[in-house]
Amino acid sequence: MPNLKDLKNRITSVKNTRKITKAMQMVAAAKLRRAQEAAEQSRPYTERFNAVLGGLAASVGGSDSAPKLLSGTGSDQTHLLVVMTAERGLCGGFNANISKLARAKAAELKAAGKTVKVLTVGKKGRDAIKRDLGEDFVGHVDLTEVKRVGYDDAQGIARDILVRFDAAEFDVATIFYSKFVNVVSQIPTEQQIIPAAFDADADGASTLYDYEPSEEALLADLLPRGVATQIFAALLENGASEQGARMSAMDNATRNAGEMIDKLTIEYNRSRQAVITNELIEIISGAEAL
Amino acid sequence: MANVMQFDLVSPERSLASLEATSVQIPGADGDLTAMPGHAPLLTSLRPGVVRVQTADGEKDFVVTRGFAEVSAESISVIAEHAHKGEDVTKADLEDVIADARKAAADAGEEHKDGAEKFVSDLEHLMHDMV
Repeated sequence: MPNLKDLKNRITSVKNTRKITKAMQMVAAAKLRRAQEAAEQSRPYTERFNAVLGGLAASVGGSDSAPKLLSGTGSDQTHLLVVMTAERGLCGGFNANISKLARAKAAELKAAGKTVKVLTVGKKGRDAIKRDLGEDFVGHVDLTEVKRVGYDDAQGIARDILVRFDAAEFDVATIFYSKFVNVVSQIPTEQQIIPAAFDADADGASTLYDYEPSEEALLADLLPRGVATQIFAALLENGASEQGARMSAMDNATRNAGEMIDKLTIEYNRSRQAVITNELIEIISGAEAL
Repeated sequence: MANVMQFDLVSPERSLASLEATSVQIPGADGDLTAMPGHAPLLTSLRPGVVRVQTADGEKDFVVTRGFAEVSAESISVIAEHAHKGEDVTKADLEDVIADARKAAADAGEEHKDGAEKFVSDLEHLMHDMV
């Protein structure tokens, strides 16, 4: 049986842990609210953008002159996987789930004889898939310094990807991120961004527009921005998911710490009682011996 | 109510304006244009410039850089990559943007060079107008 002092120290230490996890949970809750607001505010832009782009793509897409970003390079030999994860851990299965999905996809592609290249956004995902896919890494985007993801960050990532595309480094690009459903549920998702895939039911094409400049020029202008827009939307979803995952992970941790404190306290009280009883027995038997 | 149209200005980070306008002047890629209610459907990309909105209670300016506008008979949406309220933009902000654009133009490959340089000159023009 551990002695009283040890038990007491453990209780104090678990209590401190509980304070920390509780604080982290509350911070995550506040950040989650902000992240959700940011996602909410970007939604009108993304929706309109995709509607217009979808309409344009539907009307130009079929022709031979369609930009490569839309129609693809004609092969799907080399895949670029953009794995977007968090910069920080302690958020439950968030990073692990995204990495797992990316790893599975990479394995599947490799089994089919394709070449895989990996671009990571966020330190945690990079660490997680380094062992399996380390030699396929082509780049990493560090967002450690970024407090609040802005459109500029998405643009930076998009530019990086587009430069590689122009240099014919890959044929197909897919992003991996986590979709935010609610605090307890975030779904790791893969989404193909190059060649751009649109919902077939884009109804933007129903209106007949005048185009300034030409339809093709407009599409060529918008497609690279579409990449940035999709990445931005994914970053925001990811941000909300991360905070949601952290919140529920910390909630669990706080509850576990509470249970542990209860258990330790009972053990402490029992040992204390045992010590007292022992002492009494000693005193009484000592008195009887006289 | 045929004499007003719904005007929306959205940027990726937030929605800046949603109001009823009597006319909207937009810096289209091929030149400035003013859209009034009943305009033919039009989709145009934007130069960096000022979007000027006339409403029942006065005029509102927004500075936009890159983006596009979707005009229809009863509504107009400006979807801009960067948008700010006119009064919030200072010369120093613009100078930063121009410096970045210059750098981008210098780094740009052959294919994109013209576009990038045009972007810089449009920005300089905008700056000149403001002073």
